Amino acid sequence: MSDPVTQLADAIRAAADAKRSLNIRGSGSKAFYGNPVTGEVLDVTAYRGIIEYEPTELVITARAGTPLVEIEATMRDKGQMLGFEPPHFGAASTLGGCIAAGLSGPRRPYSGSARDFVLGVRLLDGRGTDLHFGGQVMKNVAGYDVSRLITGSLGTLGVILEVSLKALPLPPAEMTLCREQTQAEALTLMNEWAGKPLPVTATCHVDGRLYIRLAGATPAVHSAAAKLGGETIADGAAFWQNIRDQRHAFFAGDAPLWRLSLLSTTPGLALAGPQLIEWGGALRWLRSEGDAMSIRKAARSGDGHAIRFRGGESRDGDTRSGAFHPLPSAMLKLHKRIKLAMDPAGILNPGRMYEGL
Amino acid sequence: MMNAPVQVIPVDFERQRAVCAALRAFMPEHNVLFDREDVTPYECDGLSAYRQVPMVVALPENEEQVCAVLETCYEMRVPVVARGAGTGLSGGALPLGNGVLLSLAKLMKIIAIDPLARTARVQPGVRNLFISEAAAPMGLYYAPDPSSQIACSIGGNVAENSGGVHCLKYGLTVHNILRLRVATIEGEIIELGGGGLDAAGYDLLALMTGSEGLLGVITEITVKLLPRPECAQVVLAAFDDVATAGQAVANVIAAGIIPAGMEMMDQPAILAVEPFVNAGYPTDVAGILLCESDGTREEVADEISRIERIMEQSGAHIVRTSRDEAERLKFWAGRKAAFPAVGRLSPDYYCIDGTIPRKRLAEVLRSIAMMGKKYDLRCANVFHAGDGNLHPLILYDANEPGQLERTEAFGADILRLCIDVGGTITGEHGVGVEKIDSMCLQFSTTELEAFHALKHAFDEHGLLNPGKAVPTLRRCAEFGRMHVHSGAEKFPELPRF
Repeated sequence: MSDPVTQLADAIRAAADAKRSLNIRGSGSKAFYGNPVTGEVLDVTAYRGIIEYEPTELVITARAGTPLVEIEATMRDKGQMLGFEPPHFGAASTLGGCIAAGLSGPRRPYSGSARDFVLGVRLLDGRGTDLHFGGQVMKNVAGYDVSRLITGSLGTLGVILEVSLKALPLPPAEMTLCREQTQAEALTLMNEWAGKPLPVTATCHVDGRLYIRLAGATPAVHSAAAKLGGETIADGAAFWQNIRDQRHAFFAGDAPLWRLSLLSTTPGLALAGPQLIEWGGALRWLRSEGDAMSIRKAARSGDGHAIRFRGGESRDGDTRSGAFHPLPSAMLKLHKRIKLAMDPAGILNPGRMYEGL
Repeated sequence: MMNAPVQVIPVDFERQRAVCAALRAFMPEHNVLFDREDVTPYECDGLSAYRQVPMVVALPENEEQVCAVLETCYEMRVPVVARGAGTGLSGGALPLGNGVLLSLAKLMKIIAIDPLARTARVQPGVRNLFISEAAAPMGLYYAPDPSSQIACSIGGNVAENSGGVHCLKYGLTVHNILRLRVATIEGEIIELGGGGLDAAGYDLLALMTGSEGLLGVITEITVKLLPRPECAQVVLAAFDDVATAGQAVANVIAAGIIPAGMEMMDQPAILAVEPFVNAGYPTDVAGILLCESDGTREEVADEISRIERIMEQSGAHIVRTSRDEAERLKFWAGRKAAFPAVGRLSPDYYCIDGTIPRKRLAEVLRSIAMMGKKYDLRCANVFHAGDGNLHPLILYDANEPGQLERTEAFGADILRLCIDVGGTITGEHGVGVEKIDSMCLQFSTTELEAFHALKHAFDEHGLLNPGKAVPTLRRCAEFGRMHVHSGAEKFPELPRF
């Protein structure tokens, strides 16, 4: 029995030779995300385990099949965390899937996104070639930044084997405040606070209430809490985990879930359906049966883009555009050329992001 | 490094006339330069050891003209080198004798600042520091602060993914920009990133950042602005040996502190700086650390007292904390003046930019000291200690026969050492022409091929800044030290690139 990397490389080469599509799969926790892929399943969970973790270097390197919970528990033991607070969407969720999806959690606007924390990747491209980009150091500008290009490319450019991530220290103290606030007031406050030196690490507006997480040195958290006001909620950690993993009541039910990433100061959306706001106003979740065209139009007017995140495939009036926001033609052309550079046979998760990629 | 001299191409006057005529069809005459005396100021960037007079210099005044220059060059198959303020240290803006030097210096407007959304839309020729100055009345600033921030342009910062002394906490350029408008070689505008914190499709914003002008020409940047920290204080700690200082840095990180800045200077650097700026550094020590905390008053008070304690416990024999803003700036003045101070000691100096895992610092500094003896050259080290970015400054005299060659060999040895200990040949200055041969050591043939394939996706005829950043496989073969990956047994053949 050969090692997992050889097996994966052989499978990719065989598929490329035969022009057979591969459906790359970790734990399957994010199988709902993006457009459906038809193809043979390429299971990447066998290549797992933490390779190197040096807390004082602020770097962790792990194989793609490593469960996120294992990585986070190991880091927590050393007083550190993944600064982008990745959503799990499942107990077995893997590092590879996390980076391929490129999704970030509540802390994102305050400390950075998944791609911001990626320092290096090892991957197999669409020819099965084993490639290393970036590394295990904070600053590295040698060669194009392929590690960050790969992040969020949903497996369409390569099969991620290993990832090095920057680590952050766990804050000594954390506190979540809550206050009644209309959506418009909440949007103004979120944006104003972000312009002040306050230790805010998450914001959320849902059901007429604004939640703020403060984190840092204990005296700094207490002093900021006194400035901002509001009641302290008892189990703040559970609240943010439920937002992160979409277990909050807002996310229950079957109505299609839309994710709109917008300019943070965009006023409340004039669209039917409940909204949940995160990221200081820059992320709007919408439950809506409405047509894709109007939702995407609203996203464009907020200088952003809309993703049909969960559900709604059969009801989508604009099925050709798929889950993701349509790209301008010059951009789509460029995307196709990049795809061709990394996966010339077009076999890695074809169509998961866009038709033709 | 500088092993292979740049080929000097005689000016093809007929070609020069044709290109000028094409450019003057849409730009005023004074924005298209070709007279020897007019184009000579553009012959080099901050790496003045390399010089090449460009065939033509184009000075567009707006995005439309930038696109038209590119479209013209594309149609005429003329290579184009983009240039901002020309402060780069790796020769990324070195012109081509058969090419157009595209200066973005006239695009120097701040288009808009949105204080509520905390963004600034700026043209590429705007100076880095000018953005923070313009945002200051709103209590905001632009975080990346390369030491050259008075002069360097934001477009160049994006092209090089510039860092600075605060990037362990606040990130590099790539972490602080939201949107780019980019002109492709065909002269089309594409927008990368967006108004939100992410955008549809591949993360081309990240790919473009640090691509050294090989993928497109940046015509507009939307940067993120941060609230100015309420206050900042810096701790100066002195150590009897650099290994102890390195351990002190690790101890600060282990205590869960991400300092706003963490800089180290070795004794040769201190001895160069102290008489020059009187920063109050002790001179009879092996090295000093500057460790800054910023944030709210409560955060800073808490963090500074912990940093002081850690420095003492880590073996610092002097620990001093800035008492006021004036003293904080004085402590920093020495570090910021390190390059010019070293420049006073020697007719020439050469700055290296490798990054290493911090735990290897002591052995790397020991090896550099030994190399210094071998090459008979002095070397001072300044170090972005928090993120492992080492800047050895090699002192030499270009007028002494053989010194430049020895300096180049010394620098190449340091870069090889950086790769060997698990680091990289460039942390923030870019590859340019300077480190192009060292790229052959850091990357395998297949990785270089992947870079070329990506370049091809943006620029199929190879017209954007050719010869920089990514070496051809042929060049690596001639250089003769191709990195052979994971025990792959033999030297690869030479494919098309």
